[in-house]
Amino acid sequence: MKVVVVGGGVTGLSAAWWMARSGVHVTVLDKFIVGWEASGRNGGGASHYQSPLFEEEQRMWPQMDALLGYPTEHQKERIVIAVTERQLGQYHYIAKMNNEMGHRVDLLDAKQAQTAVPLAGENCLGGMQYRFGGHANPQRTVQAYAWALQDLGGRIVQHSPVTGFKTQGGKVTVVESATGRYECDAVVVAAGPQISGLMAQLGVDVPLAAARAEMIVTEPAPMMPLGGVDGNGLYGRQTMRGNLAYGGGPHEWIDVDATGPAARPTSPLTRNLARRVAELLPKAAHLSVIRSWAGVIENTPDGRPIIDRMRDPENVVVATMSGVGFGLSPASGHAIRDLAIEGHCTFTDIGKLSLSRFDGIAPDWRAQRGWLAAA
Amino acid sequence: MHANNGIDESAINGRFPAPSQRYDLVVIGAGPAGIAAAMASSGKGKSVLLIDEHPVPGAMMGNDVPLMFGGRMTTATLNPERMVETVFVTEPALEAAMEAGVEVLLGTCAWGVYRNGPGMAALPERVVGLADASRAWMVGFDHLVMATGARDLAIGFPGWNQPGVMGAAALTMLLARYEAFAGKRVLFIGSHDLALETALLARDKGIDVAGLVEVRGCPQGRAELVSALEQAQIPFFLNDAIAEAKGGLDGVSGAVLRSGAAIDCDTICLAFGTVPAIELVDAMGGARTLDGMRGGYVPGIEEGVSFVGDCAGLADTGFDHVAYRMDWAQALGALSKPDTIVCQCEEVTRADLIGVQPPNYLSRPDPMAARSLESLLGDGPANQDQIKRLTRAGMGVCQGRRCRDQVAMILALESNKPFGTIPLASHRAPVRPIPLKVLADWDEDPTMRAGWDVWFGIPTQWTPYRDIGTPREKVHQDMISGNMSL
Ligand SMILES: Cc1cc2nc3c(=O)[nH]c(=O)nc-3n(C[C@H](O)[C@H](O)[C@H](O)COP(=O)(O)OP(=O)(O)OC[C@H]3O[C@@H](n4cnc5c(N)ncnc54)[C@H](O)[C@@H]3O)c2cc1C
Repeated sequence: MKVVVVGGGVTGLSAAWWMARSGVHVTVLDKFIVGWEASGRNGGGASHYQSPLFEEEQRMWPQMDALLGYPTEHQKERIVIAVTERQLGQYHYIAKMNNEMGHRVDLLDAKQAQTAVPLAGENCLGGMQYRFGGHANPQRTVQAYAWALQDLGGRIVQHSPVTGFKTQGGKVTVVESATGRYECDAVVVAAGPQISGLMAQLGVDVPLAAARAEMIVTEPAPMMPLGGVDGNGLYGRQTMRGNLAYGGGPHEWIDVDATGPAARPTSPLTRNLARRVAELLPKAAHLSVIRSWAGVIENTPDGRPIIDRMRDPENVVVATMSGVGFGLSPASGHAIRDLAIEGHCTFTDIGKLSLSRFDGIAPDWRAQRGWLAAA
Repeated sequence: MHANNGIDESAINGRFPAPSQRYDLVVIGAGPAGIAAAMASSGKGKSVLLIDEHPVPGAMMGNDVPLMFGGRMTTATLNPERMVETVFVTEPALEAAMEAGVEVLLGTCAWGVYRNGPGMAALPERVVGLADASRAWMVGFDHLVMATGARDLAIGFPGWNQPGVMGAAALTMLLARYEAFAGKRVLFIGSHDLALETALLARDKGIDVAGLVEVRGCPQGRAELVSALEQAQIPFFLNDAIAEAKGGLDGVSGAVLRSGAAIDCDTICLAFGTVPAIELVDAMGGARTLDGMRGGYVPGIEEGVSFVGDCAGLADTGFDHVAYRMDWAQALGALSKPDTIVCQCEEVTRADLIGVQPPNYLSRPDPMAARSLESLLGDGPANQDQIKRLTRAGMGVCQGRRCRDQVAMILALESNKPFGTIPLASHRAPVRPIPLKVLADWDEDPTMRAGWDVWFGIPTQWTPYRDIGTPREKVHQDMISGNMSL
């Protein structure tokens, strides 16, 4: 079996890696370099208890370094701390919700939280600790998937934007790209914001809106016992080097064309992020911010992923992950592999992530939600 | 949160306030070129702001920000008042500019320039981000002049990663402006104009000049400067290169040359050349082009922004700076050892850079150890940002000032490509390290606060899968909106 994967982000790479493990001949085509878009620019969080892929995400991450053969910097667990009463109330609710689902979350009072998070300050009112989940280094993880895939005989062709498809008998038989034509038995389209444009060529409407989100990073701080610390309206982590990398806050809806985002600028939001990090971790407030960056993420109308195999052409699997694709990648790749090879997801029900939930959506759904790019 | 009313309460648009200050002209960099640009516009009814990051706080100088001070400044640099005074004394035109109505802010850096363009339409107007030692603020402008000068270029060799190895621009600053150089005897690396001029300056200031080392067969700079040094009986070590910096508790204690010559010195001044300081324009997404005759990457044309002085490109004297540097990079690369540090902040060795290996705190299983620049090149053309992500070279607190250019040179040499065909690692705002509490917007606009959400504020996004389509979905949304974690 020959499969072509369009898009070398974590979703496409993980899917390709899973398929290569099953003996499939996989080729990944990316328009630029693997992980150059959202997959190499995200917060690295991997605690997605709302997802049907949660159990698989949790099962896979602790094994990933060994299975891939390359370091991902995966670290377990997460602590979320509050600096306002409102945040604390919300975190307590999330803890309760998780405990009811059987995912253990411990509440931390102010003293426990300040002890568990040495960079926190007197303003910390308490928090919660997930006894699951964790975080990893996105850039290292992308490359780990890519290299592991190559080690299994898979092929990655970079600088190879896909421009179109050839179909025959209700199937895609050829994927056309800047570097040539690739014959295939099945196709995985995991091209991020470009999924809509590519699928439109196949007569399939995938409603997606792209947006830009920003993060900042500081010089290294003293290592905290647990690096996965966030809260106060931020997501992020302390890296294994000690840097504090955080994002959050408003996003900007943008337009992207077939070639991808024209630029990924950051904005003065850097200052609002800096403020919240200084509030979250006052004992690190003297440390310098040394970089900022932005990434582009696509969203479906309900913000949830689509992982689905199409009816026509029937050998195409679409995967768009919105804001949760990094952490879920070990599991989304498994689900995509199953859809491409077995026709259905073998390890859990993902029916509510199907594309058909958007059948008949109003053509102006972006405008209705205020999700249009400003002129 | 969206109520399908056409408004996204968590989108960025409309949340940035107008800048707290506005000028017709903002000039960044109060060297001769910047002062002249500010003076030219003042007194014509125009509001003009002229800023300069000097004097930088002593702690920042210790991180080689913005020049490569190499830890060779005296404690005089810790006295901010004295430092400001020296700037006025050595740059008399500054006072004239103030008298002409130019507002002058010293000890103030520009760390980012923002404008609407591809991927961003949320700004009320274009702004430059400024910061001094205690606060940051945004300033609007009609026109911006970058007069940011040029900065030191470093190329590593065994032992270069210790106090006492410094740049020629930094040495000039310490000698001519601050009178705060802590060294006594200096060996200069290079012999083009910058090296010759700095060596003469050092001699004039009573510093012992141990000599100039030149990788090529003859001194490279202007003949009259060469003869001035020769008359002073300062030796040139030609067809030679620095093989090692010897060190002790206080850093450099001597140098050994490729020829075997041992030289007594406490400071090694890297004077291969300077590079135009293009951080700000690169970070704003501006164009840059390579011009070897003008010192490296120079800015392209930007609407509303102009470039004057060295940051626009060094004066073209017919000398190919890039070719010259590449000769040095080749020679020093050959003299380096696998464990010679390339990136000081992140302690990335030459072997790890070329091997594309992760930092030491990560394990290197067999497949990892088998990877290399060569295997990466098999996947496509080299990209310095990608190699930075994998090795951390250039990711440290000096923001790549010490290693960005030499990593670019090493990658070019190792992949047998002409310098410039591999994209230089990008610069990002803030282009100076700025403490969280200084950069922070403590005066935040209420609309920013109101619209803040951890992620997108799409309420349906975080409903636990089993509860999708049940009444519980609404309860979750009400309770946790805006505060999920990723
Ligand atoms: C700032 C930020 C923070 C985030 N934080 C987190 C987090 O903490 N946890 C989490 O789980 N997720 C997070 N995310 C989301 C996560 O990054 C994404 O969900 C995930 O990376 C999606 O991966 P992907 O492979 O599906 O898409 P992408 O990474 O977008 O990859 C798509 C790939 O397709 C390629 N491509 C596009 N068009 C074509 C074409 N025509 N031909 C060939 N190739 C093409 C692109 O070059 C790209 O490499 C964050 C995202 C951002 C931007």
